Amino acid sequence: MKRTLLQIAAVAVLAAVAAILLPRTLQLFALINATVFVSMAVLALSLALIWGFGGILCFGQTAFFGLGGYAYAVAAINFGDTTGAIPIALLVPTLVAAALGYLMFYGRISDVYMGVITLTTTLILFKFANSTAGDQWTIGTAPLGGFNGIPGTPPLNLPFQPDAQLEPQQVFVVAVICLALCYAVAKLVLRTRFGRVAVAIRENELRAELLGYDVRRHKLALFALGGLMAGLSGMLFANCVFVSPTMFSLSYAGQVIIWVLVGGLGTLVGPVIGCILVQMLTTWAGTLHSVDPNVVLGVVLMLVVVVLPKGLLPTAAAGFMRLVGRARA
Amino acid sequence: MDYAIVVALQMLSGVATLVIISLGLAVVFGMMRVINLAHGEFLMLGGYCAILSYGHGLNLWLAILVLPPLVVGLIGAVVERLLIRRLYGRMIDTMLATWGLSLAFIGGVNMLFGNSVSGVSAPLGSFAVGRFHVATYDMFLVLAAVILSAALWAVLRFTPAGLLARGTMQNAEMASALGVAPDRVYAVTFSAGAALSGLAGGLIAPLSGVLPTMGTAYIAKAFITVITGGAAMLTGTLAASAVLGTVSTAFTFLTTPVFGEVALLIVAIVLLRLLPRGITGRFLRRAL
Repeated sequence: MKRTLLQIAAVAVLAAVAAILLPRTLQLFALINATVFVSMAVLALSLALIWGFGGILCFGQTAFFGLGGYAYAVAAINFGDTTGAIPIALLVPTLVAAALGYLMFYGRISDVYMGVITLTTTLILFKFANSTAGDQWTIGTAPLGGFNGIPGTPPLNLPFQPDAQLEPQQVFVVAVICLALCYAVAKLVLRTRFGRVAVAIRENELRAELLGYDVRRHKLALFALGGLMAGLSGMLFANCVFVSPTMFSLSYAGQVIIWVLVGGLGTLVGPVIGCILVQMLTTWAGTLHSVDPNVVLGVVLMLVVVVLPKGLLPTAAAGFMRLVGRARA
Repeated sequence: MDYAIVVALQMLSGVATLVIISLGLAVVFGMMRVINLAHGEFLMLGGYCAILSYGHGLNLWLAILVLPPLVVGLIGAVVERLLIRRLYGRMIDTMLATWGLSLAFIGGVNMLFGNSVSGVSAPLGSFAVGRFHVATYDMFLVLAAVILSAALWAVLRFTPAGLLARGTMQNAEMASALGVAPDRVYAVTFSAGAALSGLAGGLIAPLSGVLPTMGTAYIAKAFITVITGGAAMLTGTLAASAVLGTVSTAFTFLTTPVFGEVALLIVAIVLLRLLPRGITGRFLRRAL
């Protein structure tokens, strides 16, 4: 427990430093980019939790990410105030994750099929969101906008003060706090009895079941928690960009997996680092013009699988341990 | 009455399209258990191959039916040698590596040919059913689906190569002990699956046009079809196509094509809840 608290404290200090330093030093454009990175890091963390610790191979984490963003935008436009939009943005993806999780876990669908079904879900949403152009597709006063999404997604405001909208600097701070909070929640959940059972299920599902644990219920709860975090990430993303069907797209869905793998499956910090590194790489690749960013991403993914199957953080940690061991000897 | 016939014919062609786009995956995933997320891109490459060669003056039927399976089969052989071979038995890694491959293919084709739709108009014209017209090419697809399935079945059932492939997939060590080189069988089977996907791409290119990202429209449907089919890959794929294709076409007629696809996926998810091991996990278990 002490170690967990220390790790959480370390992350909190890092987050505080980032939240104080970066808004003062970065240009506005770079800062908004940084906010996107941080909001995506929350998404990476959600998958790191359910896949790395629950063994749930979800290829469509972006389904909940996009739903969170859309729910937030629609609710915020309808209410004219983002205070009530936040719980909706968290609730909708959680409920959808719970429903989908029920079908999958209680159907006892195996890993691989689960990956395909979750991927399919996000693709259905992608197609659906793309087809919602035109006036007949509005929820309340919010037009869904089809391919263009909802360009006028309202930014967060201070609770119950619709006129006091947050500046980009403040949105960045909110995003960093959310990331640190999600990390702390994930870490603490893994320390509870529930978290330990979830890890036991990842290690050996049959054994956990024979020991009397309800595998389906644990997986479902963890999956719903992951959906909630992904929804939060979508809401933050909607704040610095805007919501559009791209949030559900295959390339986003693929990127999340890449972040987790590059950073290291089975760790929480690794995927966050992986997320930020890969996004910096993608941003850089986007400025290249001569090479399509998809090619860069695809090649990185293939190389990681073949050369670095354990990911950056575990490989680096193992290397460090070996160095320390040699120094001691 | 005429309307009913037209709807029935459309359902038939919907089922046939599903069969065509899923057969390659049925071989690669159903038989070899390689989760090939680049399946959609194999279709895309087949489509490009057909459209480009037709644009350069090749006979349309050669461009659709002959060149795409050859080219994509070759690409499949290279992919197997460089990437898939390192990852046999590591199912999830294979999935990720082929996803990377899929992104790389999309990006590469985008760089080479640009992000715009190109196509040819479907050949063969149309025939009349009462007041309605039905594209003859749709019916040609039904014929193609029947011939392809029959040919695949015959190859697997009656030829020595098919026997070796089935045996190796069932028990690679035993096959190896009996003097078969599993590596080579895997390589050939993967290439054959890729060739089938390429042919499928060529067949659907006149209907859909080609676009670098067109594979993403098919990959989910193909996987869902093969998975819903279950263990007996050929029978399963056919049965699942029949169910899902009918449902999706019915919903397309009742509402819009988008809801047709949504209905397909929802039916598949519910079916898997009821029959977690696929249709052939419960029925027709001993089929091929």
